[in-house]
Amino acid sequence: MKISFALNGRPVTRDLPPDRRVVDALREDLGLPGTKEACGTGECGACTILVDGVPRLSCLMLAAQLEGRKITTIEGIGKAEKPHPVQEAFVEAGAVQCGFCTPGMVLTAVHFLEENPGPTREEIREALSGNICRCTGYQKIVDAVELASKRLSKKGTTE
Amino acid sequence: MSLVHARPLQIGESEPRADAPAKAAGRERYAIDFYEEGMLWAGVKRADIPHAVFDGIDVEAALKVPGVVDILTAKDITGSNRQGVARRDQPVLVDDRIRHRGDGVGLVIAENREALRTAVQRITVKATPLPGVFDFETALREDAPRIHEDHPDGNILLKGHLETGDGTAAFKACAHVVEAIFELPYQEHAYLETEAGWAVTREDGTVEITASTQTPFRDRAEIAEALGIEEERIRVIAPFCGGAFGGKDGITVQSLLALAALKYPGRPVKMWWEREESFVASAKRHRARCHYRLGAGADGRFHALAAELFYDTGPYDHLGGAVMALGLEHTGGPYRIPNTCLKAWAIYTNNPVGGAFRAFGIAQATAAMEQMVDMLAEKAGYSPLEIRRINAVNQGDKTPLGVTLQTSTGIVQCLEILQEHRMWRDRAVWKNEAGPFKKRGVGLAAVMHGMGYGPVIPDVANARIELTHDGRFQVACGVVDMGQGNASTFLQIAGDILSQDRKHLTLVLPDTARTLPSGSASASRTTYTYGNALIKATFLLRERVLKRCADLMMVSDLGELALIPGAVCHVTTEREFALGEIARVMDGNERVAVAHFRAPQSCELPDIDPNLRLHGIPHVVFSYGAHLAGVEVDLLTGDIAVKQYLAVSDCGRILNPQLFEQQVQGGIAQGLGYALMEEIPVEKGEMKTLNFSTYLLPTALDIPDMTVITAGGHEATGPYGLKGVGEMPTSGPLPAVANAVADACGIRLRHFPMTPERVLAALKKERP
Repeated sequence: MKISFALNGRPVTRDLPPDRRVVDALREDLGLPGTKEACGTGECGACTILVDGVPRLSCLMLAAQLEGRKITTIEGIGKAEKPHPVQEAFVEAGAVQCGFCTPGMVLTAVHFLEENPGPTREEIREALSGNICRCTGYQKIVDAVELASKRLSKKGTTE
Repeated sequence: MSLVHARPLQIGESEPRADAPAKAAGRERYAIDFYEEGMLWAGVKRADIPHAVFDGIDVEAALKVPGVVDILTAKDITGSNRQGVARRDQPVLVDDRIRHRGDGVGLVIAENREALRTAVQRITVKATPLPGVFDFETALREDAPRIHEDHPDGNILLKGHLETGDGTAAFKACAHVVEAIFELPYQEHAYLETEAGWAVTREDGTVEITASTQTPFRDRAEIAEALGIEEERIRVIAPFCGGAFGGKDGITVQSLLALAALKYPGRPVKMWWEREESFVASAKRHRARCHYRLGAGADGRFHALAAELFYDTGPYDHLGGAVMALGLEHTGGPYRIPNTCLKAWAIYTNNPVGGAFRAFGIAQATAAMEQMVDMLAEKAGYSPLEIRRINAVNQGDKTPLGVTLQTSTGIVQCLEILQEHRMWRDRAVWKNEAGPFKKRGVGLAAVMHGMGYGPVIPDVANARIELTHDGRFQVACGVVDMGQGNASTFLQIAGDILSQDRKHLTLVLPDTARTLPSGSASASRTTYTYGNALIKATFLLRERVLKRCADLMMVSDLGELALIPGAVCHVTTEREFALGEIARVMDGNERVAVAHFRAPQSCELPDIDPNLRLHGIPHVVFSYGAHLAGVEVDLLTGDIAVKQYLAVSDCGRILNPQLFEQQVQGGIAQGLGYALMEEIPVEKGEMKTLNFSTYLLPTALDIPDMTVITAGGHEATGPYGLKGVGEMPTSGPLPAVANAVADACGIRLRHFPMTPERVLAALKKERP
């Protein structure tokens, strides 16, 4: 079936089987392998994308659910020459090890900081608790989100 | 972007990782991320029977599924059909005997993933069941069913028995003796990237395999033998892994992919295990039973240790012998114990495969030993810290195995730093602040971890660095970066020696066609071994570049020249030659420097069982750690919350503090999962947890902020004084938390992990 939606700010119309998982559609049909899959059962958060700005698990979504939505994947966050402040903070704070959970973590954090610009560490931990990381022990990821929140709020006050 | 450093990289500084920007942007391409034109999908039918004579598979229904191209079996394999590291006893596809539920019996090749899934389900396995071996007692019985008929030692893959001093006779002279048996669970690696890769047979007949692996060079040899093709025809490419932790220290998808690609030349073939398949088929941390007896004199000095360690290695030698040997070597921890009787077995069963997992046999031994130390301290009337300080080894002392510690030995410094830390000093106040129906306690663990391959197998790396025509230094890294950041550290080493910033440094990831053999990414050895080789290669190249530039500038004294980012400059006149200009006057061979490093090996224990030496006993360089956990036990629910954690480590000199902290924090988190929640119940070889809804992993809410400190050591044989840090921290959390729970409410569990159910049951027993 023909499915139309906005992908990383650009309108897209594709003929996709309606029951195709969104994670497969993104990775295979749309050439965006930045979205990772690690469990396939909605437990780990690696396949997180933003649907109308809200984090959703693309391994539990079917292509038909994309119709009319605004979809943001990791490829739509920041640019190579100018990364998003959350991405910069992940790099600087040492929040990236194997990097496989990172796209999902970044998208979750981007949305969370929009909702809660000045969170406590405990609130950050809660917000990230649906995203599993097997490498870091989370501390530096929490550091990164804290760092990004400081930078983003500074940017907000100067603008 | 702001992260590109214009200044040279420097050893000892917290440099952000070179691989982080691409990973954070979703641009890094892992083994799963390749989708080629005309790509086929391959997948495995698993036996789902624990032990049986294999009579073949029925593929008729599966072949009718639209999109199915072929179904291959062992009959399509012309080589030995056996893979493995020490004993090659694991079939690529089963030919005669099914030995665990995860055994592959058929390889389906299909045009797409949906057809693949359907076809795999429609294959039926024909087999004549055999009695299974699921526990240590049965496995060791004389009349036990034998899992490998050709193995001379029955169901014992490898055993070790080492004694020092008077052995068990020394217990007679002990004032205090404690004894206990601990049962340690399986642990799943749970790397987020499951086993995956793709392969293609090129026009020249080369099979090119891109896989998530820790061991590209060893894989190549194994694939060649198993499939019966020449090693030269195989190329293995290893991108950054999405986690590995030992689980990719050996073949997963590689031979299967090569088999399919060889059958369909020119067509790329992809394989990507689903999580459930990863649980069923992959190796796990060995389930283990540790029976310990520890005795001390009235002065608190350890006098005798007897221990028996049983490791369930499953049906195949996925480094199980080496895991057992390393556990045996570390049975007594970092202490002086003059009389020991130490025994260990790696035992074949029809359970899931036990294999390499970060901390490699030591996690189990440390879990037991460090609890014994606390039990003895209590009995003898010493504080847990005091008894560790009394008994801790110094350089020059002998280990419980009787091996002299010849290299840097910092456990005493670790304990001293811990003792001065406020987390230890203020513990009484902290414990008193527990809320209603809660109790707090603190617990210690002292850890040591031997680095590298041991006294027989050469532990070697071959570094290659090149000055390219575009004026950059390219490090060809032959040892995998599975996420720990060693590749980034290699750039930091080269940058420091050559005074280059990140822009002028590039990396070639492991590829058997483009990099040199440098061993496995394992055994806490990568930065130590490859780093040492790279330092040599880089200095060689540095001198050549300076000499060539001196010719160009018509100066005779190299001391007048300095490398700066992108160029060489003459220090007094400030004349510069860009690196690209220098490269153009150099011959191709001259622009490349190669160096070899072989790690030091112990000459001690020359007379022990040669097979134990082959499997790694003894080591010569060890890292050390002292851990302190602060926990709060909920007396109503049995829940254990780890509230604070301190780890002091002697890993020699720290090359990059941020990466050091990453390793320690990540290791602790995996250790806390092992301590508190990670468990795979297995009944008759069948795992009861096959995904993350039942196999619980620590989340951001389960791991506290950790305090990570270096003891500031320096290892003379290490690159800039470094020792390996990758594995050691993983062994500390289980015993530290167990000791903290005992401190909080006087209970000591025998079965792990310490789930709320077990804690509650123990609390009820304690106070009915």
